[in-house]
Amino acid sequence: MLEGAINVLTDEVGPGANSPGGQGNGTTNPLRTGGNLVQLISPAGERINHPEFDVWIKDVSDYQLLSLYEDMVVIRRIDTEATALQRQGELALWPPLLGQEASQIGSVRAIRSDDFIFPSYRESGVAYCRGAELGEIIRPWRGNALYGWDPHRINMATPQIVIGSQTLHATGYAMGIQNDGADIVAFSYLGDGATSEGDVNEAMVFAASYQVPLVFFCQNNHWAISEPVRLQSRVQLADRATGFGIPSMRVDGNDVLAVMAASRIGLDRARKGGGPTFIEAVTYRMGPHTTADDPTRYRDANELEDWAAKDPIVRLKSLLSVKGLLGEEAQASVQAKADSVARELRDACATMPDPAPLDVFNHVYSTPHSWIDHQKDHYSRYLASFGGSSQEGAL
Amino acid sequence: MIKEFRLPDLGEGLTESEILSWKIAVGDTVELNQVIAEVETAKAVVELPSPFAGKVAALHEQPGAVVEVGKPIVSFEVSDDAPAATAAEAPLPPASEPAPPPASEPAPPPAAELTAASLTARTEATEPTSGSPGEAKPAVRREPNLVGYGAFVEETGRPVRRARRLMETSTATLPAQPSTRPRSTPPVRKLARDLGVDLASVPGTGPQGLITREDVQGYVGKDVGGATEGETGVGQPLVPDGAAARERTVEREQRVPIKGVRKHTAAAMVASAFTAPHVTEFLTIDVTAAMDLLDRLKASRLFAGHKLTPLTLVAKALLVALRRNPTLNSRWDEENQEIVQFNYVNLGIAAATPRGLTVPNIKDADAMPLLELSEALSTLTEAARAGKSTPSDLSGGTISITNIGVFGIDAGTPILNPGEAAILAMGAVRKAPWEFNGGVALRQVMTLSLSFDHRLVDGEQGSRFLADVGSIMSDPAMVLTMV
Repeated sequence: MLEGAINVLTDEVGPGANSPGGQGNGTTNPLRTGGNLVQLISPAGERINHPEFDVWIKDVSDYQLLSLYEDMVVIRRIDTEATALQRQGELALWPPLLGQEASQIGSVRAIRSDDFIFPSYRESGVAYCRGAELGEIIRPWRGNALYGWDPHRINMATPQIVIGSQTLHATGYAMGIQNDGADIVAFSYLGDGATSEGDVNEAMVFAASYQVPLVFFCQNNHWAISEPVRLQSRVQLADRATGFGIPSMRVDGNDVLAVMAASRIGLDRARKGGGPTFIEAVTYRMGPHTTADDPTRYRDANELEDWAAKDPIVRLKSLLSVKGLLGEEAQASVQAKADSVARELRDACATMPDPAPLDVFNHVYSTPHSWIDHQKDHYSRYLASFGGSSQEGAL
Repeated sequence: MIKEFRLPDLGEGLTESEILSWKIAVGDTVELNQVIAEVETAKAVVELPSPFAGKVAALHEQPGAVVEVGKPIVSFEVSDDAPAATAAEAPLPPASEPAPPPASEPAPPPAAELTAASLTARTEATEPTSGSPGEAKPAVRREPNLVGYGAFVEETGRPVRRARRLMETSTATLPAQPSTRPRSTPPVRKLARDLGVDLASVPGTGPQGLITREDVQGYVGKDVGGATEGETGVGQPLVPDGAAARERTVEREQRVPIKGVRKHTAAAMVASAFTAPHVTEFLTIDVTAAMDLLDRLKASRLFAGHKLTPLTLVAKALLVALRRNPTLNSRWDEENQEIVQFNYVNLGIAAATPRGLTVPNIKDADAMPLLELSEALSTLTEAARAGKSTPSDLSGGTISITNIGVFGIDAGTPILNPGEAAILAMGAVRKAPWEFNGGVALRQVMTLSLSFDHRLVDGEQGSRFLADVGSIMSDPAMVLTMV
């Protein structure tokens, strides 16, 4: 379904559609059917020219292309190592990102460092590229903390487990940007299942109404745990957004360049006051929903095979090889980087200190709060009643 | 250095998993993250990657074994200086030197006004090392449980959900088993776990059958009494599985080498049974008053948070009665042709542990007030069940109690723990029609069985002792006449 599917961005909202009192916007995003999917690198690794998207990535040099590849290899390796750590009892849970490397890297590498990212729980690769420490990425999954990193340090919120809630946070943040008159953008990740949630629909209503600087980046990985996307939506997900008056694009989410171009278009529109954009990156969750899930229970093995043929890393590797950019030395270097990151991740996990019982109170509010202090005081006296021996205290 | 790999919780809150197959054998050299076993949880079949690089020293479980989370399954011989993480082997072509990533060049400003922002790979110079595993695809191949329910699949062809095996085989043949867990709340579940109560057998009085804290406490206190307290029992619920048994294709006989705790138990029992002439006496008593006392004590501030069971009271009654009948607390020293009279009591409690029967004892139990005694009982039995009894716990006992009531049994002829003069078996606390105030009433009744070494103890002394224990248990106030 991906083959040769090149399409023009047709999402510009016609003038007047969003103007006060403007009525129908039925002409925006004309109904798409079939393979209306933007693709700049074919599954075989050929560069496909595109009259409108090419301009958005023409600055991507060979070296940068190689660096995109490196990041994708590294985050796949992070994913593999974290999955192993879960199987070894070091992490309680891990949501794998296998297969979604191009969607994550292509988008995050388009985002400016002062833009603010609101992720779901699967964007570990995004967090890595954003500068989160490896220990910070796995900390909540080890159960050592309720958060990963300081959101203000890397301008990225901590993982949101509640499906789709982050889109509301992002919308609110974007409204704040609007009030401040800043030229930054809120960038919210979500999944295909989230588009069925009330939160996301509310977020799109507000984002469209206020024309906030926001990009909804939806990784359609085809499965909401065991629920296939085709049962959730009778239309393509990108078309759900147009119902709210939000222009949308549908790109090959396993094509790092297409993802990057689409992200830049969305960010540019937002920065220039053009309002929100919805990007559907069509990708595939090649692993389980989390390490506690068994996809073979509900998913056909053939489907996995089909998607393995569209692997984002293999595709970019072919392109790099054809361009002569991926010699042995470069390969070894990328591999060494991935290995060292994997080792660093394992070390961070092994040396992570356990939290103290009272730590749970520390980051509820950013400022002192009398009721939390009250609870903390009670709890500390409760703990003390065990006579000093370290107790979990719960229950 | 030997390192153990303990079975982790592979899902979210799972308590056990089945080893399906081993991918390694003792003596094999394994790499970090090499797949060592295939394991089936309630949720999925998963592959276990090795957490260490080293040599396989022992496999602790056989394929087919259902293993509790936290139990060691493999031991590795790991070289002392090699932390697990560094022993890894690269998954793909092994990396030699980590050349500086080519990506770290600053990006030229992109087209339009766009973000030059982050067009460089996230490459901090990290030291080069090889990491680990490769394509460990978490892909698995069976279909135990479904996460979520899923919708009906349109007839579009491919992913068709397979029928559940369990459903096919079970509907008609399997005896009814509670299919859902009893409704309760986490704190009450914990309480039940602590008290050794199986929630499935507790009737819930809350809304929609919710089992409340009071239900659990009431169940422990009254309904089954001794039979619920799990002091000595491991409390395996007996699951009727006739159909499953028929399906099973095991050999008709199995030969297991005699070793370990079983061997030790056998030797001790034979030695005891054939050196000490045993006499067993029985006494059935109305323990309603004692059970009421137990309830009052449990509700009292003094005992809040402490585990009080019928065993606690029987132990205390035995200790009081022993003071009046010291010959029951003595030892026959054949070698020196002497009778050793103990002026202290190390009270043994027979405990059925996962490893077999052990009789750890509470040192100087006679000097303990009830509160301390209840604590000591809890500590002792917990340690025994966890297999953590120390050699000192297991030696030096002077008299023992065995609680056969936890198995729903009334009476028996217990065999003496070698070297001790007496052992008391307490039966289940049952509701039974019983003489009360000249009429017949439904009372809580228990049978005590006392075996003693007739070389040391005459029928008279044994009988007096048993009568004393019985009189305390049927009317706890009688203690006032004995101390």
